[in-house]
Amino acid sequence: MNRIITALFTLLLIQFLVVKKSYSNENEVKDCFERLNRVTFALNMGLDKIIFKPISKGYRKLPSPIRTGTGNALSNLSNLITIPNNILQGDFGSAANNSARLLINTTLGIAGIFDPANSLGFEKREKEDFGQSLGVMGVGEGCYLVLPVLGPSTVRDTVGSLIAMNGGDVWHNITVRDDEEYVKEFKESDYWASRVTSGVDFRAKNLEAFDAMEKNSVDLYATVRSLYLQDRKRKINNSSNKTEAMEDGDWDTLENQ
Amino acid sequence: MKIIRKIFVLFFFFLSFINNSWSQSASKFINDLTIEASSVLSSKLTDEEKIIQLKKIGENSVDINGVGLYTLGKYRKMLTDNQKKQYQDLFKSYFLKSFSGRLVGYSDAKIAVLSEEVKNEKYTIVYSKLIGTSDRPEVKIDWRVYTRDPENPLIRDLIIEGLSLARTQREEFNSIIVNNDGNIEALFENLKEFIDN
Repeated sequence: MNRIITALFTLLLIQFLVVKKSYSNENEVKDCFERLNRVTFALNMGLDKIIFKPISKGYRKLPSPIRTGTGNALSNLSNLITIPNNILQGDFGSAANNSARLLINTTLGIAGIFDPANSLGFEKREKEDFGQSLGVMGVGEGCYLVLPVLGPSTVRDTVGSLIAMNGGDVWHNITVRDDEEYVKEFKESDYWASRVTSGVDFRAKNLEAFDAMEKNSVDLYATVRSLYLQDRKRKINNSSNKTEAMEDGDWDTLENQ
Repeated sequence: MKIIRKIFVLFFFFLSFINNSWSQSASKFINDLTIEASSVLSSKLTDEEKIIQLKKIGENSVDINGVGLYTLGKYRKMLTDNQKKQYQDLFKSYFLKSFSGRLVGYSDAKIAVLSEEVKNEKYTIVYSKLIGTSDRPEVKIDWRVYTRDPENPLIRDLIIEGLSLARTQREEFNSIIVNNDGNIEALFENLKEFIDN
């Protein structure tokens, strides 16, 4: 029953987004729930200060090979979401590359701790998720959302996460949903441990950048929102080498003033 | 027919020469700038002394007035002359404080200039990377260099891992104005508060 409700909810949201896209201005920030978002953002910042930042600082004190190995293992695990999304986006080359990486690094690389696949010519590519696939399919991002603990998102990206948690993520299936047709060895705690470690690893890699941003912003909430939305747009367009900011249009209007 | 071809070839070389001189000056400009900034950051100066040096570098290398007007977005057209002057003064102080404050924490920053792309006579994009360390991953940094005056190139934007700082700043400022019912003075107050703290 729960699955049916979630599926219906997801479909409704998608429909809402598709309709919304036709009326939306691409460059306009759609922050429909800004007041609530700002409250959630403040809550998340508090949690970060009390929990995530101190843990990340501690994590940074671990020897570099341990952190690298952890980062590699998490990155290897993320292929389980990336590969189906490569296929959904029609990028079969990346799907093959990432499948080879997953196979080689899980076996020869000992659960992904090492990255022998890179030496064998299968280079690391951008991560993909269901939110990005929906974007590639033309679904608009919808309103900006700040989720408790999880942080910045959009309606589209939240729908993407719901898809992942309802069968789209193999790792979630074999741990939380306990699908015995896959593997029996993993528990729900393994899934949450991987999610938390992933967050700590990301936070630890960006300690200085976050501090500088916090100290030098006049509206930190708006800064984080802008960075998140730009980053998602860049990922959906797979424009790692070019950027929206390269558009000359608005800069050119300065010349005429 | 041969004459036309020769003219075309000469014209092509002339264009290549112009493009080359723009791109060379933009990459050299960024290369020199990053070397200067790195030497300040890795020096034994105190943080306060480093900030003074970094502010000088920022003042000489960034088109602060241009960036300031860009970050106002649609609101720049609504400024009176007095407000424009006030804003530009405030923005300059804000920018230099923010710019030096963001950089001063990076004592081991080394940037390698990789290549450049001449967009047109006004803009060259210089591609570079911040070399990674054991604590920090490698970071791609693209510089939008304003080359209308090739002798005096100026930075207009930094694009870090595809994220534009100028655009982020614009959305931050616009958010303050929108949340204060379009009152631009609210932005001025925020900037003053930041500068004074």
